[in-house]
Amino acid sequence: MTLSVRARITHPNFVFDVDVDWPADGVTVLFGRSGSGKTTLLRLIAGLERPNGAHVSFRHEIWMNDRHCVPLHRRRIAIVFQEASLLPHLSVRENLLYGYKRTPVAERRLHLDEVVRMLAIENLIERHISKLSGGERQRIALGRALLTSPRLLLMDEPLSALDTQSKRDILPYFERLVKEADVPIVYVTHAPAEVERLADRVVFLRDGRIDRIETLKNTLSRSDSPLFNDEGVVSVIEGQLGQKEYGLTSFHVGEDCFWLSTPIYSGSVGKSQRLRILAKDVGIALAIPENTSLMNILPVTVQCIDPAREGYVLLWLQLNGGQNLFSEITAWSRDRLDLRKGLVVYAMIKTAALAE
Amino acid sequence: MAIATPLAWWLTSGRSAFRTAVQAVVALPLVLPPTVLGFYLLIMLGPRGFIGGTLEDMGLHHLAFSFEGILIGSVLYSMPFAVQPLEQAFSNLGRRPIEVAASLGAGAIDRFISVILPMTKSGFIVAMTLTFAHTMGEFGVVLMVGGNIPGVTHVLSTTIYGYTEGMQYAAAGRLSLMLLIFAFIVLFVVYWFNRGFEMIKP
Repeated sequence: MTLSVRARITHPNFVFDVDVDWPADGVTVLFGRSGSGKTTLLRLIAGLERPNGAHVSFRHEIWMNDRHCVPLHRRRIAIVFQEASLLPHLSVRENLLYGYKRTPVAERRLHLDEVVRMLAIENLIERHISKLSGGERQRIALGRALLTSPRLLLMDEPLSALDTQSKRDILPYFERLVKEADVPIVYVTHAPAEVERLADRVVFLRDGRIDRIETLKNTLSRSDSPLFNDEGVVSVIEGQLGQKEYGLTSFHVGEDCFWLSTPIYSGSVGKSQRLRILAKDVGIALAIPENTSLMNILPVTVQCIDPAREGYVLLWLQLNGGQNLFSEITAWSRDRLDLRKGLVVYAMIKTAALAE
Repeated sequence: MAIATPLAWWLTSGRSAFRTAVQAVVALPLVLPPTVLGFYLLIMLGPRGFIGGTLEDMGLHHLAFSFEGILIGSVLYSMPFAVQPLEQAFSNLGRRPIEVAASLGAGAIDRFISVILPMTKSGFIVAMTLTFAHTMGEFGVVLMVGGNIPGVTHVLSTTIYGYTEGMQYAAAGRLSLMLLIFAFIVLFVVYWFNRGFEMIKP
């Protein structure tokens, strides 16, 4: 049950050459810089690029080989593009139903009511398209894609055209969709934060070639992952949202509890979520600091100390529940505190840092 | 329009040298004096021409000085007026809406009817009106291919020419005024519908 692509495209200043397959389930993120070929790979899967000699297959179906090519409208793939690409001559409702009407009745798994509820677009449905904001358009485009009950959902940098605020607003819907819609997803992005919140596995592309494919867990557990090139090392911690207090939301990871600024993590109580913490936002104390304004202080065990950029070291810390937390501190501090493997110390994280 | 639509689509969907050549050929009637086009058509369609000769061999009549001849001439001569607005409209549309429609399960004909046609409506209106109006007003090609035989290959513009030649200024004036007003109304309607829409000016 895999998705496999084999293709070679040669342009004067760009060579794209891949031979790759991965399981057709969960969320697969294609990650790379601009021009690394991630969109080309996505368009090959969609059948929008048809180079000679290419081979694409999905589960037991051959979508493209030397002899034939299944056209996009018969593949039952849905695509969400970078810009929402709503059809401007149709209303919001007509846009949503455009694909639904063209899906055979027997194949319809998702219906208008469910999708409208999932994406919270009740109040948009009667509005005119030109009156929608960028984030709202992208939600409609996502709803329209889901309503075709696709066998595979392709997303080509769906958030990159949005401002930071809209991105924050829409990400929770994407997370919910990933969990509820039960559709394999291929997601193109160059934003590490989106990878860390959505991905099950990551396909790294560089200069038109596949660098490597690994699970999110694996890529997050090596400090040289390409995901960390921009913002430095990041830990992703899984846990459940809890009760609100003082305008903060608790986040439970085993016996440990983090306090988060609420607006961003607005999911419901008991829901599992991913929390993203930059290594440089984590400080270390040898004893529980008293009389401090910091809210998030957790006991951790030092697993390993690696050199990082000049003057800094990277600490691999283990939380009580066994999950990994990175901390980047100066080499000087390491010597001052005499940090060693196996030592139990306290990790301190500012609440604001947890809000991204 | 049946020829112009696929032609314009094909011209929009690529940029090879061959396409550019076809594009230039389609635009030729804009530049050439109509009599040149008419002359070549006359040669081709006439009894010794490639097309006319073939038809004669098949036992049919050649097309010079006939209604069919004028029709072919008019189609070719007015082609740029149909192709160019459509080409413009199609390239403004871009490929994205079509890709979206395909990903939502719409086949080629479905896409044309449900997406391309409504989104390029104004291009089609311009193309149709301009073609119609331009065909009404053409002269050179009709004169050359049709020969202006009274009652057989007569069109409005050649009739006016005939009246003027015969010193019937009143009749020529009436017909000319009709054509003038008609052309103005057509152009006014076209521009009204497409304020802001890029197009060629006849």
